[in-house]
This record gives sequence, C-alpha cells and structure tokens, in this order.
Amino acid sequence: MLISTILSEEKPALVAIPVTIAAFAIAPSTLPESIGISLITVLMYTILALSWTMFSGPTGYISLATAGLFGVGVYTTAFLRDSLPLEAVVLLGGAAAFVVALTIGLLTLRIKGVYFILFTFGVAALMRTSVQWWETHINGTVGRHVTAATNETVYLLLLIIFAATLVAAFLLRHASPGLALLGIGENEDAAEHVGVNVTRLKVLTFAASSVLMGMTGAVMATRFRYIDPSIAFNPLISFLPVLMAILGGVSKLYGPMIGAAILVALQEFLITEYPYVYLLIFGLTLVVVVLWLPGGLVELAQKGYFRLKIQWIKLRMRLTRFRRTRQAKRR
Amino acid sequence: MIESAIDIVITGLILGGLYALIAVGLSLQYGVGRVLNVSHGEFIILAALTTYSLYTVTGIHPLVAIAFIAPALFVVGFVLDRTIFNDLRRTSVNEDHFEGRSLLVSFGLLFVIQNLMLMSWGAGLRGYSVLNTPVEILGNRYGLNRVIALVVAVTASVGFYLFIRHTRVGKAIRAAAERPDVAEALGVNRKRVLAICFGLGAGLAGLAGVLHSMMFDIQASRGIELTVIAIVVVVVGGLGSITGSLFGGFLLGLVIAVVNFIDPSLSLVAFYLIFILVLLVRPAGIFGRQIHAD
Repeated sequence: MLISTILSEEKPALVAIPVTIAAFAIAPSTLPESIGISLITVLMYTILALSWTMFSGPTGYISLATAGLFGVGVYTTAFLRDSLPLEAVVLLGGAAAFVVALTIGLLTLRIKGVYFILFTFGVAALMRTSVQWWETHINGTVGRHVTAATNETVYLLLLIIFAATLVAAFLLRHASPGLALLGIGENEDAAEHVGVNVTRLKVLTFAASSVLMGMTGAVMATRFRYIDPSIAFNPLISFLPVLMAILGGVSKLYGPMIGAAILVALQEFLITEYPYVYLLIFGLTLVVVVLWLPGGLVELAQKGYFRLKIQWIKLRMRLTRFRRTRQAKRR
Repeated sequence: MIESAIDIVITGLILGGLYALIAVGLSLQYGVGRVLNVSHGEFIILAALTTYSLYTVTGIHPLVAIAFIAPALFVVGFVLDRTIFNDLRRTSVNEDHFEGRSLLVSFGLLFVIQNLMLMSWGAGLRGYSVLNTPVEILGNRYGLNRVIALVVAVTASVGFYLFIRHTRVGKAIRAAAERPDVAEALGVNRKRVLAICFGLGAGLAGLAGVLHSMMFDIQASRGIELTVIAIVVVVVGGLGSITGSLFGGFLLGLVIAVVNFIDPSLSLVAFYLIFILVLLVRPAGIFGRQIHAD
C-alpha cells in the first residue's frame, strides 16, 4: 500500500531526495570556501526546521522547545567528547534528547493551543537558566571548551543526520502515522474516535523528531568549540526553525529547506555586524508571514504558477480566436 | 529574624503591586481579544526606557511622564489591534487558530520592539534615582519611590476595577468578553471594544513601565521576564479578575522576595519553574473567558 502510493504519486520526490542529498555532498568541494563554511549552518537549521515540521506541521502543536533539545545534545558532547568516539557521543546526544522530549511530551498531554506553546517555551528557558545557575554556583564555571572536530567531520555527520531526517520526514508523510497526525491537527477528538491512539502517537513523534535535534546539537558543539548555556540553549534556536518552516511552507518537504536557506543567508550577511537589524528583520518577517503568507513561499509560488497558467491558457484562446477570425475574413 | 520576615513581606507587597498592574493589562488583552500578547513586557520596558530618557535629558519627573506615556501607548495598542490583530481575526478559521497565530505575531512584535530598543538605548543597564529618601516602615527602611510606586499601582488597579465595573465602556468590554455575539446584536461595536482593550492593556503596560523604571535599573533585553511574570499572575489569579490579579501579584511578589532573600541568583530559575508548574497544574481551567467585575 505504502510503496504503491509512493510509486504512483511521489515519483518526483523519489528523484528529488537523493539529488538533494547528493548536491549537499558535493557542494563543499565545488563551491567557494566562504560559502562552503555557511553550508554547515544551512544544514544545521535545515535539519532543525524539518524535524520541527515532522511533529508541529501536521498536528499544529507549535513547539518552542527546540533550543532545549538542541542544548541537551550540545551538553552531552561537552561532557563526553574526550572519553568516547564522536559518533557514539552524537548517538548519545540524540538519546538524551529523546528522554527529555519524552518527559516533556508526557507532561504536556493535557495541554493544548497557546498553553502548549508557552509551556515548551518555558521548559527551554528553565533548562537554560538552571544549567546557568548550576554551572556558575556548583561547578564554578561559566562555559566549557569542547575539543573541536574538523569541518569535514562536522559536515559529514550533519549530512548523515540530514539524509536520515529527509527520509524519515518523507516516510512519515506517507505512512499511516503521518495521516493520523494530520487527523490530530484537523480534529483531535475525531481522530481519537476513529481509533488513533492520539497520546502515544503525539508523544512518540515529538520524541522521535527530537532525536534529530539532539544529534544536531551534539555535532554542532564540536564546531562551537566554546559553549555556555546561552549558546547551547539560545532561544533563537527555538524560534528560527518555526519561522523557517512557516516562511517556506509546511505543506511540502522543500518548504522548510527553502526557509532555512533564506534565513541563514540573511543571518550570514547581518549577524556579526548588525545583530539588532538581523533580529528586527526576523521579527518583521514573522509578523508578515503569519499575517499575509499563511501557506508560506511554497503556496505563494503555487498560486503564482497557477495564475501564470491561467494567463497562458487565456492567451492561447485569444490567439486561436484571432486566427479563426482572420481565416474567416480571408475566405 | 522577625525584621527580615517583615522585610520580605513588604518587599513582596511592593513587587506584587507592580506585578498585579502588569497582569491586569495582559489579562485584558487575552481575556477579551484572545491575543496572548507576549510582547507585553516589551511595552513595559519601552515605557521605562522612555521615562529614563525623559528624566535624564529633559528632567521631566516620572510621575508627570505617566500622563503622556500611558496615553501614547494606548494609541499604539489601539492601532495595532485595528490593523494587525483585526486582520488576523478576519482571516483565521476559528478561535484556536487565531490564538496560535496571534501568539506568533506577538512573538514577532517582541523581536521588533526589543531590537528597536537595543538599537536606540544599547544593551546596558539604565537607571536613575528619584525620590529615594528612605522611609521607615516597621523597623525597615525603603526608598520613597518604591512606596509611591506601590500606592500608584494599587490605586491604578482599583481605579481600573471601578472603570470596568461602572462606566459604559467598561460594561461594553464585559459584555464583549462574556457573549460577543449577543453584545454585538445589542449594539456594541465589537471591533472598537477589542481595540480599546488592547490599547488599555498597552496603556497599563506604559504605566507599569514608568513605575518599574522608578524602582529598578532597566535593561532592553529583559522584557520577556515581565511577560512571564504577567502570565503566571494571570493564571494564578484568574483571567480578567482584577482582584485575582492583585492577589496573584502579591503572592508571586512574596515568593520572589523569599527567593531573593535566600539566593538572588536563583530568581530566574524560580520564575520559569513557577511558570511551567502553573501551566501544568492549571491548564486552561482557570483561564475562563470572562472579564469579571469582582
């Protein structure tokens, strides 16, 4: 059932997904080095935006806990970097994020709508402030140094996580859990009535998508080299994936990826010299997208394409009419 | 021991008066308009920084500044609701959809206002001292400014209660909060009432901001903490209940005073811990949809 629908309906995706992964794989060696470095950031945010969309896209539950789950990964690396191989640390970072997300999920079972948004925001903030307090008052330190990994290693690990994210997100869209998640987004009670185990599905999807966030954090720690709670749990890491996803549009897999590329480009241009301008633009974009671009750029492009198509058909009709009248005149 | 206990209680009261005022504004915006305005704290800081500049540059006394800062923010809030939130309301499929979208938009506003402030005032602490002659209460000394701030905050809250309870506009607000459809059928201009509510919320934030600047040093980036305080107070005290806000405000003020007494560095952890606990224990239940007159 699954394979046959994919084969019949999603042929372009079957080509597009391997092509995207391959493009990212050869990009660093073909592009100039300055752009190649930013690709790490692009990959990081693409993974975060895609994994955020896996849960929040279909269900409509907007999570602002991303920074917390990312930070768990970062701190896993900070503690274990020198005692275990990096691959194992990354897996452990994902596992730690899974456990934290599972706890958050179980706690928020009854919380809906704006309360869910606020709760997830509060959890990430609580993690940031408590780690801050714990580090300064118990360990007597502000931040930690992390043994760096080469850019190639970081990129390769992120690429693997990215490929896993893309495949997982694609399968989720077509497997029955994905449809059930959409059902939850439409009407949670109705989904429950038709036999969806709403609680289990919500919590597990949230936790599973968090594994990707934790692993990304674990990899990125080796790139940051120095970390402290305000870097690891930076609230912006919660907000950016949300904006990237809704700016691009959650209806297609490439929506969040487009959003991530645009915002990372903006960030690379502005953040070092004009951080306030960057965040100002970020806020304005958030307002504008929610107000006037509810389907994101994907929907905008689809609408534009549709309009162009209509214009084209109209033009052709006029042309035929013109030809006919001319022929009639000649006769 | 007894003296420090009394000190904690009085400090808690002073903090609580401010918290209550902050919460009343937020609960008005959410209770009637369904906009959970997370940029509320930003409005407060904006008013506080404006007061700071007015006082240090032109010498205008903060208590005088209230007279034009609060109305100015009322206008800003009114216009915001008329434009952005009215548009959102029109294009949302249902109330939950609107609440989620308006929360995201107010997060956007938070980033906009915060960074405009950072661009104009920088990231450092800003403070001035005014009316800081010590006043002795039950054996402890407090700055006169703090006592005045408490008095103004409580007076404003009570005045606002009377306004909601007895004036025509207040009755329209209550009606619009309780039964929007019926209110509209009876001739309440709902759009205008919603805009007035958002404006009043922003205006109260302005008043709170002026008082805040009289008591503490201000930092452009710390508005979100005030928003978190406001949400906690609203959930504890009950949405739209002004006496509830006063009660919740004083309760939270007391808790924060105790935490500050034990270890001031824990206050942020305490804020967020209380925040998520409150959301967990009383999700939606206490957030009714009425603006009570009690």
